[in-house]
Formats: sequence, structure tokens, C-alpha cells
Amino acid sequence: MNYSFSQKFWLVALRIAIGWHFLYEGLAKVTNANWSSVGYLLDSEGFLKDFFVNTLAGNPNMLQVIDFLNIWGLILIGLGLILGSFERIATISGILLLALYYLSHPPFVELKYAVPSEGSYLVVNKMLIEMIALAVVFVFPTNREFGLDRFIFGPAKIKK
Amino acid sequence: MERRDLLKSLVSLPIVGAFGFEWFRKRHHEQYLTENIRNELNISTETPEYKPVSKDDKLIRIGLIGYGIRGKDLAKAAGFAHPTMIDDWKKGALENKDDKRFQDFLEQDSLNIQITGVCDIFDTYSRMAQEAGANALRQGTDGKLNQLPKRYLTHQELLASPDIDAVIIAAPDHWHGPISIAAAKAGKHVYCEKPMTWTVEETYEVRKAVKENNVVFQLGHQGRQNESYLKAKEIIAKGVLGKVNLIEVTTNRNDPNGAWVYPIHPDASPQTIDWNQFIGQAPPHEFSLERFFRWRCWWDYSTGLSGDLLTHEYDAMNQIFGLGIPHSAASSGGIYYFKDGRTVPDVLQTVFEYPDQDLSLVYSATLASNLSRGRKIMGHDAYMELDNSVTVYADRGSTRYKEKMDNGIIDPELPIYTYTPGIKNVDAITSPTSQYFAGRGLMYSYRSGRRIDTTHLHIREWLDAIRYGTKTSCNIDVAFQEAMTAHMGTKAYKENRHVYWDPVKEMIV
Repeated sequence: MNYSFSQKFWLVALRIAIGWHFLYEGLAKVTNANWSSVGYLLDSEGFLKDFFVNTLAGNPNMLQVIDFLNIWGLILIGLGLILGSFERIATISGILLLALYYLSHPPFVELKYAVPSEGSYLVVNKMLIEMIALAVVFVFPTNREFGLDRFIFGPAKIKK
Repeated sequence: MERRDLLKSLVSLPIVGAFGFEWFRKRHHEQYLTENIRNELNISTETPEYKPVSKDDKLIRIGLIGYGIRGKDLAKAAGFAHPTMIDDWKKGALENKDDKRFQDFLEQDSLNIQITGVCDIFDTYSRMAQEAGANALRQGTDGKLNQLPKRYLTHQELLASPDIDAVIIAAPDHWHGPISIAAAKAGKHVYCEKPMTWTVEETYEVRKAVKENNVVFQLGHQGRQNESYLKAKEIIAKGVLGKVNLIEVTTNRNDPNGAWVYPIHPDASPQTIDWNQFIGQAPPHEFSLERFFRWRCWWDYSTGLSGDLLTHEYDAMNQIFGLGIPHSAASSGGIYYFKDGRTVPDVLQTVFEYPDQDLSLVYSATLASNLSRGRKIMGHDAYMELDNSVTVYADRGSTRYKEKMDNGIIDPELPIYTYTPGIKNVDAITSPTSQYFAGRGLMYSYRSGRRIDTTHLHIREWLDAIRYGTKTSCNIDVAFQEAMTAHMGTKAYKENRHVYWDPVKEMIV
């Protein structure tokens, strides 16, 4: 890894900011006893609507699993990104989760949602941007430079 | 490991610390707001209990009188659906996984009742009622029926039968009173569809017959079982809204079915319908399929918007406020859209005055616009919107909440209280998303609660009262209030004048 200092700085900042967001989203759900993904899932549109509405939201047992995975996924991914620990798996999981959120509510021209979004989007929304940002974090890793992974796996080797 | 390595490994630990600090501050602030509002409002978090049916319950033998649109619903809510209905639900569930009618029906508790007699004056419906009554196993047309309950050609013969303990009446409005009176006199317990009566005179007689013969009476306002109405009652009793002077309730529909232009059954003819029995005490008229299936459109058999839909709204408010019969009523409206020969109005405004309670109840209805206006209860300190959920907003001019609004604890833009059945928290600080869902009653819980048909609960309450001597919520006294109130609205419309209630003589004047 031979980034300049400012490249490293902004990459770490990006990683931590996304981690902060994930961690907060997870904790906010864990402390709200009434939170469930059911409302969001039922409001799904697009080509995966059937999967989100029927396979996931339509089955109470499945819903419990989904809620659990979503909450703890968000928290662990958040911590992983902030601390730079197990960053590879945290970024991949984060991308996957964001892709699912995006695909359940794709902001395409002909689709309408009951849940009001806080902005107006066309194809690209914040979900997609955060996902792409995470992909950037994935391909420009900083965990073995600034992060617990340096301690766990050793510092990144500098390519000659 | 070098010191430099360790430092670089732990470089983001302070961020975790900062997160923790901010998280704690936010939680503390939210708790401060929530606790403050919760203590101020002091609303319980209790929900109505749900008691399973005991196997030891005595079997109650039921007669079904009337198996039209509502009769089919009632029989289903009692646990007896016609096999073709079950076929439809099964088909619906196969085509659309969201269609839970079949599953809901299978999960509905069995009430330990038996249908032992049916009566409908249209042969096809009578046959269907028998088949529904025999379908205790809840199967489709490919299933097996028990022995068919007996068909009676008249309600008099059904009521004379010794193997019937109680009747469910879903006849046209002009038959509610006479059949209820005859049933009570025959010692049968009565579940009667609303409104209780078609004429003022019958109203006294039904009450007399029910009381003298000591039968259990339940009027079919299943809204009595609605969890959000029960919660609204508690909130208002606790004074959360302050003094309430105005209540606005509404009906909005905009389709032929909603305007009572119901389909005409292809089997119907003078040969399959006992027309004379249909007419009963109504003015004589030649055979008419329109009048038989769409009877709600004519005063000759119907009580119009007042009896059909105003009564639901009135009964909800009577349940919540204990309004009783109003001091006065004024109505206006007309037949403005459905110029199809009907005599009942399709637009109606009725205003009831309760000077003793410093309160006006305004009802406004149209059958030709779907603009949903809901129910609004206006108090000096707060106002309530009531549908499947309860939402309370503080009023900017409130004296009670002024200090908390000035301190930023209460924001009049956000609800100070929301309640959705299945969800318990005082929720002043939820996200816009969950508020949106709550407002539309979309946020029922899949985990903690089963969704249950309120009509099923209402029938069940009636059966409990028969078995254990408990009370029905829509008993004969509140049913009397309901009928008189509806009659006052109708009389005010027909006579185009204010009508008044004389509480001493118990008369509309």
C-alpha cells in the first residue's frame, strides 16, 4: 500500500464515517423494542418485491431471523469499519446489506412507495452511494495500516 | 510489535469513545422527553386480554335469520363459512400470498356453537345458509358437510323451535325490530345487526321485550371491540385532550357497492323469493329485484345513511364519551349523485347537540367522494385523530401544555401520543416513517398479536354473556340510545326541522 498521507487520511475517514452510520442504525433498532423490518419489507417494489414481501415479511419466523441479522449485522459491520477490524468481511457484508435495501426500494421512475423518502431520487439514491463508497473502502483497504487488523494480521506489506 | 504499530492499530479507538459519548447524550435527551410526556399524560400500556374458549363451555344452538351480504359475514365470524367462500379464499391464497383470508379463518377460534336452524326468504340464500351451517369442519366444496341444519320458511317457525337457544339477525332494517321482539318473547338470545330499529315505536318495544324476557341482547356494532376505541376512551377519561366541545365524524365512499347498488343474484325471481314476507310492515309494492337486493336505497325498508353508517360513528363516540341520546338534531343533504330512483339521500350532514356536556357531534357523509376525513376529536389542550390507530397532538393554544411547549419538551407538530394495536409505547420521538405507518394503521405486529376480526370478538362477547352472565358492550340500553339518535337524525332530515329529545317522556318531539 503506497498511498499518500492525505489519501490514507480520507480513506480512513470514509471508512469510519460509514462505520459510525452503521453502528448508529443498528443500536437505534436494538434499543427500540417495537422496531421491526416488516413495514419496510412490506413496502417493497421492483423485481424482488415477491421475495421481500412474501418470503421475508410474510413468514413470522423468517422475519425474526431477518430482524436479528439486520440489527446485529449493522452493529458488527459498524464496529468493524470504525475499528478497522475484520474489515474485508465487514465491507462485503455492508455492501450486501445496502444492496438488499436498495433492491427492495429501487428509486425507478414507475415505482411508488408508501414510506416517504427524505429526498427526491432517480435511480441513484443515498443507499447506492453508500454502497459504492463501501466498495471503494473495499478496494482501497486501510485496515492493516490504521486499524485493529494491523494488530491482528500484521501491517500491510508495501508493494515495490 | 513496535509502539508505532500499536498506535496505528488503535487509532480509531477515540472515535468509538466519541460515538459512545454522543450516543449516551442522545439517549438521555430522548428519555428525558419521553419520560416527561409519559408522566404528563399518564396513559396505561395495558391492552385488552384475549381469553381462549374453554372446552367445558356449554354448547349454544344458533339460528341464522338472514343470509345476505352481512349474514354471510356474521356466520363466518361465528365460524361457519359457506364452502364456496372457502374455495374463493383458497384460490385467492394460491394466487396471492398476501391474501390471508383462508389462514385467518382457519386460525379463528371455534366458539362451541352449532347452527341448528336457518331462515332466508330467498331460496338460494337459504340453501347456502344451511350448507354454511353444516360446514363445521371449515372445508371447501370438495370437503364433507355435517348434517344440514333445518330450513324454516318463516322466522316465526324458527323462533318456535325448541332446539334453538339464540339467534343472529341480519335481515333488512325494517325487520330488525319485529324479529328481535319476537325472538325475545320466544326466550331466544339476540344478536341483531344495526340499526336496532326501523321505526321509533319499535324501539320501545324491543327494549321492553328484551328486558321483560331477560334475554341477552347484542347490537351489531363490532367497533365496540376495536382496541383503538378502548384506548381513546381511556385517554379522554384521563383528560389528555382537555375540554372537548366538538367531534367530527364522517363517511366517504365512492363506488356503487358503497352506495348500496348491490349485485342482483341470477337465481332471484318471484318463484324463489317470498316477496310478501319481504314487504312485512313496509308499504305494499309490486315484486322488484332492485328493491329486494338494494333495499337500503328506499326508506320503505331502510334507515338510510343515518341508520347504516352514522350509527357506526355515533356508537364509537357513545362508547368513548358515554354521550347518550342528544338534546337535539338537525340534518340536511339530498340525493345529489345517485339519481337511480332511490329515496334515501347520498349526501347527509347531521348535527347533534349535547348542551349538558357542552358538546356538538357533527356527522358528514357522501357516497360520491373518497376523500377520507376520519374522526376528529377537538379539545382545548389537544386533538385526537382516531382510526385503526390513535394519534394525539397538543394544541398550540393549550394552557395545560403551554409550559412544556415553551420548554421544547412538547412539539405541537409531532404527536404527543400514538397508539397502534399491538404496539405499546408512548411514542413522541419516532421517525417520520413509523409515524406514517401508524397513521394509516399499517403497522400491526406479526409477532406479539394475531389480527382478529372484530365481528368475531363481538359475537364471542355475546356468547360469553349468555354462558356466564357477563355484560354485552352493545347492550339493549346503548342500542336504545343508538336507535333513537339515528331516528332523530332521520326525522330532522325528512321533516326539515330541528327535532328534540324529551328525556322525561323519552320521546322525540
